[in-house]
Amino acid sequence: MIRPDAPLLLEIRDLTARVEDQPILKGVSLTIRAGEIHAVMGRNGSGKSTLSKVLAGHPAYTVTGGTVLYKGDDLLSLEPELRARAGLFLGFQYPVEIPGVSNLEFLRVATNARRAGKGEEELDTFAFEDLVRERLQVVQMDPAFLERSVNEGFSGGEKKRNEILQMALLEPLVAVLDETDSGLDIDALRIVAGGVNHLAGPDNATLLITHYQRLLDVITPDYVHVMAAGRILRTGGKELALELEERGYDWVDAELAALDRTPAEVG
Amino acid sequence: MVAASLSTPTALAGAGPGSWVAALLANATGGASAGADALAASRARAAQALAQLPVPTRRVEAWRFTDLAPLTALSPTLLSPAPAAQPETAARSLRLVLDGHSDPLAGISLPAGLEPIGGDELTNTLGQVLAATGSCELWPVLLNGATARNVLALRVRGPVATTLELVSDAGDGEGILPLRLLLVLEPEASLEVLQVHRSSGANLTSVVLEARLGEGAELRHGLLAPGAETGCLLATVAVEQATGSRYSGVSAHGGWALGRLEPRLVQREGAAHSALKALQLADGRQISDTHSQMVFEGPDGRLEQLHKAVADGQGRSVFNGAVQVPRAAQRTDAAQLSRNLLLSDRARIDTKPELEIVADDVRCAHGATVSRLEQDELFYLQSRGIAADQAARLLLRGFCEEVLQDLPEAARPWQPLASLLGEQGR
Repeated sequence: MIRPDAPLLLEIRDLTARVEDQPILKGVSLTIRAGEIHAVMGRNGSGKSTLSKVLAGHPAYTVTGGTVLYKGDDLLSLEPELRARAGLFLGFQYPVEIPGVSNLEFLRVATNARRAGKGEEELDTFAFEDLVRERLQVVQMDPAFLERSVNEGFSGGEKKRNEILQMALLEPLVAVLDETDSGLDIDALRIVAGGVNHLAGPDNATLLITHYQRLLDVITPDYVHVMAAGRILRTGGKELALELEERGYDWVDAELAALDRTPAEVG
Repeated sequence: MVAASLSTPTALAGAGPGSWVAALLANATGGASAGADALAASRARAAQALAQLPVPTRRVEAWRFTDLAPLTALSPTLLSPAPAAQPETAARSLRLVLDGHSDPLAGISLPAGLEPIGGDELTNTLGQVLAATGSCELWPVLLNGATARNVLALRVRGPVATTLELVSDAGDGEGILPLRLLLVLEPEASLEVLQVHRSSGANLTSVVLEARLGEGAELRHGLLAPGAETGCLLATVAVEQATGSRYSGVSAHGGWALGRLEPRLVQREGAAHSALKALQLADGRQISDTHSQMVFEGPDGRLEQLHKAVADGQGRSVFNGAVQVPRAAQRTDAAQLSRNLLLSDRARIDTKPELEIVADDVRCAHGATVSRLEQDELFYLQSRGIAADQAARLLLRGFCEEVLQDLPEAARPWQPLASLLGEQGR
């Protein structure tokens, strides 16, 4: 839902970042207001996953330039946990397995950290169990998964459901979902996408990072951004995703080649 | 009874570990009760052998990484610990308190399937499993044999529904607490045993368990030993398995100045199942050591072994996992994995598989990893609002729980994780 007067949640300006010595992001700009759903599409290696990790504060990535404002404040100076407590959520492409740590305990600790960030009281184990059982329905997840170690031995679909369950518990203002559709069969995709739609509201925003159109068949984006070689090449509405689906990514390469020639001739 | 005879311990005759042993033997063999108990003959033999055996130094391969200095700094006397506070006993569990001198069975009615072994039978059986597992000449075994005043010896028939808890607390007294245990499982018998050994002072808990498993017998064995900064633990677990038997050992020790566990298993005719799952922790200047040995003397044997270690501070973790597969042990299936967590730049981990394989038709897998906390796991937790230090603690607990959750139920009241991480008051 686009409302020009909605509060600004995320303003990314000329963001550049590298991993080790390899520049990945080469000047990304993106503005997200409350109520909006954005999709960033692009080929593997275009930098879209890096963008999500940089926003969440992954230590392997170094920001080399640009700014990111979250609700008007500098995001990049915050530790990852403080970004999360402030309401930024990253749904992982490959959720991490943590043997020996119970999923229920993990969810409770995380939920209470976020609640503290919102100035709310921590939930005791009983109150939390009530909450988690209610939120399980958002992703139609079997409560048995609460008793297991975090993501350990979960199927791809179960891991993604567990991600959306976390999102349902943490109630983020900005949810960045990195390839949430990857590795999902049609049923799991529908359930996960249903969860995302259920949680999207006028006060929060969603940034979907995806390779394929099929996720956007079930979650309708307000904006679609095409990313290549660490930049956003083009921004449009949902029809841009359909165009990509039809024409493939080849035209992106052509556009990129043209773009790369220009600065070379100048410089 | 023993304590009274030790009121005037012999002073150290001179410096050096040899004189420490001499002083200990003088203290342990002196006193009116010497020769009066069932162990007298074997104790005399062990004392003689111990006196002739030099105290292992780091020039001896089996002790290359493990300095006995914390042990030989202890008072060379026998310890009679006072009764210590204990948690509530878990349901379906029988707790026997071992203090090295009183009879742990006094006033106890044993559950169906358990009976004490005594008299000639005890004399004849004791030491046989040590011999079968090649453990008789080990220094910690001799030290135990030369000093232990009594033995808890039990025969097991049929399935025993009650978990047997064998617990000691050396407390804060000085000296040595030798404990000797013997379990004979008749064919098809099954038993769950939990050993708990604690200390809060400058003392040594020396424990030797011999277990003989008849055909088709099953022993589920837990050993939990949260130690004291100045305390030492030398624990030997010798297990002799007949065909079709199952032994499953889950151990956790840490917090000792020197803690060493030696599980020594033999499958006499192969075709048995052995599982070893262990966790050891070393923080501060502690040494945590496991030397395990598995011998297959016949075909079709199985071993599953997971050894996990955490080293922090200037702690030192040592693991040596010997597996012997001689020619007779065809179709052996053995897997050993050593997983180590190095949490500090000044901590040290030495881990070594030691496979001797002569048989040609076997599967023997082994592996070892040493790592820090996984950055991706830490980041995942942080990205959910969990602070870095809390995330690290969660991961450490998770690493430990993978082993601790397999301890017998009866371990729960002892709070294995909290006691090992020093998170509980005593």
